[in-house]
Amino acid sequence: MAPPKDTAAVATYGDHEVIVPENKLRKAVTTKPYDPGEDDPVARAEMALAELSTEFAAWMSSECERLDQARQSVAAKGLSKTTIEVLFHAAHDIKGEAATFGFPAVAAAADSLCRLIEHTPDPNRIPLTLVDQHVDSVRAIYREYTRSDASEMATLLTRRLREVTDEFLISENRDRPETIEQIVGGPPTAPE
Amino acid sequence: MVRIDFNRLRFLVIDDNAHMRRILRTLLHGFGTREVHEAEDGATGLEAFTHFMPDIVITDWAMPIFDGLELAQMIRQPGANSNPYVAIIMLTGHSEKRRVVAARDAGVTEFLAKPISAKGLYQRIVNVVANPRPFVKTRTYFGPDRRRNANTNYVGPERRKGGKADLIKQTPLLDKVKALG
Repeated sequence: MAPPKDTAAVATYGDHEVIVPENKLRKAVTTKPYDPGEDDPVARAEMALAELSTEFAAWMSSECERLDQARQSVAAKGLSKTTIEVLFHAAHDIKGEAATFGFPAVAAAADSLCRLIEHTPDPNRIPLTLVDQHVDSVRAIYREYTRSDASEMATLLTRRLREVTDEFLISENRDRPETIEQIVGGPPTAPE
Repeated sequence: MVRIDFNRLRFLVIDDNAHMRRILRTLLHGFGTREVHEAEDGATGLEAFTHFMPDIVITDWAMPIFDGLELAQMIRQPGANSNPYVAIIMLTGHSEKRRVVAARDAGVTEFLAKPISAKGLYQRIVNVVANPRPFVKTRTYFGPDRRRNANTNYVGPERRKGGKADLIKQTPLLDKVKALG
């Protein structure tokens, strides 16, 4: 027997409506078994991603280059809304992509830079030296990734970055207890 | 056994990062999808949403012009576009609780934190296809029911007014299909 067609229904209550919209995605649900030799879709997608992975090192390099350019723009033009946004975006993309690209240890330093930008109430007070230290760390961890002690170096660098950043952020947010709670309550950026 | 025929789904991927769009396209094609449209910012994404009428929107949060959160709020406008009920999966490097709550309150259907994995993306897609939630419309919210489960441990006043509405019973499509199969 064919499943009943999903149709829209609206129920009105005291202060809200509950709407069951027409289910347009039902067309994609099937109980048909896999064909002989057909792969699991997740395995197929992972295989496709593995084929693409030959490009990941070059992509990571271009993302690090983008971060460096954003840092240079901050140095040349100062801490404006635009230059900070570009810097944040570059760091945020590295934070999200590094593990997928095969460089998970790079993510923590990029995340620390995101926290520095995001939690500093007056962006003009962000120390440029600390920005430089973050960008240099991201690039160094990526550049030295094949070293045997790369993981230890990344952990050491990001832990120190995090400590200095936290110290600065706690001082800048001394009148904002809820922000301090977010800062100190966040997950560690480097594995112990 | 429940499966998703990805070939019957049309996706819109919105991300300002070309590398991430390429990864998403690769994963979706790997699942079996043929139709994947791309946009590189929120404004182009909204235009593509109107033009291509996707079944599922996968969007980044941080984007130029307007971000993924604003995009979700614009899509979730009853009567303002062809499909305010479209499934929206937010894929983002933001993973803090307050971000997840903000995405939920903007009407996002599923939240997926980076780094992306084939399994994580697949699970979110299966969930929106096979287990759709009803929509709730109040004075301040329009989007998928934010109560995924009835919490028997909840202590406090019932915020929804109107008798039966206190508990919305729903049978997931997944269960309906299982019952039939």
